[in-house]
Amino acid sequence: MIDYETLRVIWWLLLGVLLAGFAVMDGFDLGVAALLRVLARDDDERRALLETIEPVWEGNQVWFILGGGAVFAAWPLLYAASFSGFYFAILLVLLAFILRPVGFGFRNKIADPRWRGAWDWLLTLSGLVPALIFGVAIGNLFLGVPFRYDDTLRMSYEGGFFGLLRPFALLAGLVSVAMLLMHGAAWAALKSEAVIARRAERMLRLAAVAFVATYVLAGAYLFVGVGGYAISSPVQAAAPSNPLMKTVVTGVNWLRDGALGGWACGTAALAIAAALGAALLAARARHRGAFFASACAVFATVFSAGFALFPFLLPSSLDPRSSLTVWDASSSRTTLGLMLLVTALLLPIVLAYTSWVYRVLRGRVSLEHVKQTHGMY
Amino acid sequence: MIDETVVTLSRLQFALTALYHFLFVPLTLGLSWMLAIMEAVYVMTGREVWKRMTQFWGVLFGINFAMGVATGVTMEFQFGTNWAYYAHYVGDIFGTPLAIEGLMAFFLEATFIGLFFFGWDRLSRVKHLIVTFLLALGTNLSALWILIANAWMQNPVGSEFNLDTMRMEITDFGAVIFNPVAQSKFVHTVSAGYVLGAMFVLSISAWYLLKGRNVDFAKRSMTVAASFGLASALSVVVLGDESGYTVTEHQKMKLAAIEAMWETEPAPAAFTAFGFPDVAERTTHFAIHIPWLMGIIGTRSLDRVLPGIRELVDDAEKRITNGMKAYAAMQRLRVDRNDAAARAEFEAHKRDLGYALLLKRNMADPATAGPDDIRKAAASTIPNVPVLFWAFRIMVGCGLWFIALFAYSFWLSARRELDRRRWYLKAALWSLPLPWLAIELGWIVAEYGRQPWAIEGVLPTALGVSSVSAAQVATSLVGFVLFYSALAVVDAVLMLKYARKGPDGLGMWPPATSH
Repeated sequence: MIDYETLRVIWWLLLGVLLAGFAVMDGFDLGVAALLRVLARDDDERRALLETIEPVWEGNQVWFILGGGAVFAAWPLLYAASFSGFYFAILLVLLAFILRPVGFGFRNKIADPRWRGAWDWLLTLSGLVPALIFGVAIGNLFLGVPFRYDDTLRMSYEGGFFGLLRPFALLAGLVSVAMLLMHGAAWAALKSEAVIARRAERMLRLAAVAFVATYVLAGAYLFVGVGGYAISSPVQAAAPSNPLMKTVVTGVNWLRDGALGGWACGTAALAIAAALGAALLAARARHRGAFFASACAVFATVFSAGFALFPFLLPSSLDPRSSLTVWDASSSRTTLGLMLLVTALLLPIVLAYTSWVYRVLRGRVSLEHVKQTHGMY
Repeated sequence: MIDETVVTLSRLQFALTALYHFLFVPLTLGLSWMLAIMEAVYVMTGREVWKRMTQFWGVLFGINFAMGVATGVTMEFQFGTNWAYYAHYVGDIFGTPLAIEGLMAFFLEATFIGLFFFGWDRLSRVKHLIVTFLLALGTNLSALWILIANAWMQNPVGSEFNLDTMRMEITDFGAVIFNPVAQSKFVHTVSAGYVLGAMFVLSISAWYLLKGRNVDFAKRSMTVAASFGLASALSVVVLGDESGYTVTEHQKMKLAAIEAMWETEPAPAAFTAFGFPDVAERTTHFAIHIPWLMGIIGTRSLDRVLPGIRELVDDAEKRITNGMKAYAAMQRLRVDRNDAAARAEFEAHKRDLGYALLLKRNMADPATAGPDDIRKAAASTIPNVPVLFWAFRIMVGCGLWFIALFAYSFWLSARRELDRRRWYLKAALWSLPLPWLAIELGWIVAEYGRQPWAIEGVLPTALGVSSVSAAQVATSLVGFVLFYSALAVVDAVLMLKYARKGPDGLGMWPPATSH
């Protein structure tokens, strides 16, 4: 059986794959929903734009649900501390994710323009709110979050919702919104026709530039204005998961002193190049290439944050030694091994039938066709 | 010390969101198989009406499915937001089936639901049928894994406490998966969902027949519902009995509370068919007993004794005293990890550690508890007897009615007389809410009956809460109530609208030539 340290690193990478998988797969659904009222101007256009994601968003949302389940199974301390600590932020995300299924499922069921108009607004919100909050949450990880453990490992959190809205975190929120708008526009350009695709191309270029600008700004801010964390006691990579067994210093530089700071900068460069590539390809109406470039940018962005934080998962600003790291927040070796086996068996099957479904649904959604049907999904 | 308001509000929020989620899930479980059956008939016979039936019931399925997905999101994250200590304490075991549920079941159902609706013109008949089948399989696999997780809460096998990490850790995953409670719960729960799906189709079809609309369409639907429903109603009762038997093995207190069995009776015990349990007096007024029945159901024997509530409370007292020794030894081990005497003391009593945690509700250090505290804590292991007593009896009564109704439907459909008796059609129509009632009551028996434990004998519910403020939980609770109420109205409006429109109103059947 694989040793505990390696299992923890693998599960840290898998956590990244899950988050990046969510951002890439469900990210375009969120982006399209957020852009619904911008890219599509009348009801036919909106039904056509929605039809680009209606058959697939449900499967994509499972990346989010699976993220919850997998963090619970592999990183139970992270699951418990982050979700109870970010209580209202998570509540807002949940409400948005509750709105999406009913929004997609119910919008077209009644033809009244007021009914559909109301759902359009709600769908827009259900795309924007999670995009913003996920970014703000990631930003807060770099700043540290006010929690501590007592000796029975009961966590207490000493801060509120508004404490999360610090300048760097808000900037990270803007990065996330710009990124997912770019990605949503890339999908819309790939799967729509005519006027919607033209608008999506323009939006893609705009959002890609906004993403690169905010991302570079956030990187610079991180380098000069954010105090990082580092483990100061000898690292016990295979010790039982108990965060209180270490000491942590603050005020270091995440990028310069971080264990994987170089990797973070490398993936960041990749993300920027991919986003600019997406904008250029969109300008030439190369929609497939633009979408894949955008997906790469999203994937690299998620990993750049993970690398910069390594080995931290959730630093504590209140009691730094309570910080959760890769070495002390995981489940037991048996559970990690077992979950790895299950993932190795099942994930390829999931990816196989998911790609089959996308192949069946290939091609652009025809606006003319949508006009002829009454859209009873 | 635990903030009791936070505990109450968190429990209320969990119960409301779970009960609400469980209005939609069972219909998904049952209706998905019925769609697969109808579509299979279409593929085999090639007759268009069966395709239209699949599509029409599919529209209602879709409305319901959206609500199931929406309300399920809350459940996956609520253990973290509101039950953080629970998540920490048992995440090593409990998280795994949830993650597998996502990988094995959610992806399957969620990926293929889109193709179910959008794939009719893109797939061959057989391929579309496979999609529908995989959709049904996904929904049912999801029930399997969440019930494996739930069964571990009722009967925590294959795990032990780890002092270094202050939590339960897995020792035998096979035992968790093949937990006997999980098996009986799974088959009982999915059968209940099938009964609900069958009743849904039966009742709405009966309404069409009462109105003289969609007659052929409705009679065919009722035939499917009658046979599927009869098989399911029989299995839900038989397998419910199996479920009761496993409760005897693992949750004696829950069983005693359901039966309001205050004292241990000589075997075989009588079944109390009716009565008014009195908690203060620990007796049941106006009880009507059926001799022997309880002993036979509960132990499948004539000589094994079922313990009564008073005896179980005495047992709990002993286990609390043992648990306090484990707790005290644990404190000594924290100071000195090499204290061999403390280690031996801890190992000897650690299976009762959870019972000492019952005391934490009222004091910071359970090791200091006096006889009064212990008695009080032991008494707190009795769940709410009158609620369980009645919830169980109403649920069983519904189950027996379902058998009768579906058996009669089956007989009528075999004689091709489904549309001949108005009183029958009315009975079928008005039975629509009953499976929901039975299912929600079943949840109450299983989960409210587990109290005061979150994990039976391991972790008291009150200890599982997050360190959040009462104001936070109150706000989210109000948020969920408002949000869910609005959604309930929207869902009901759409369901009624589309059921009323019917296949004729939607232009699905009869074919367009007759218009």
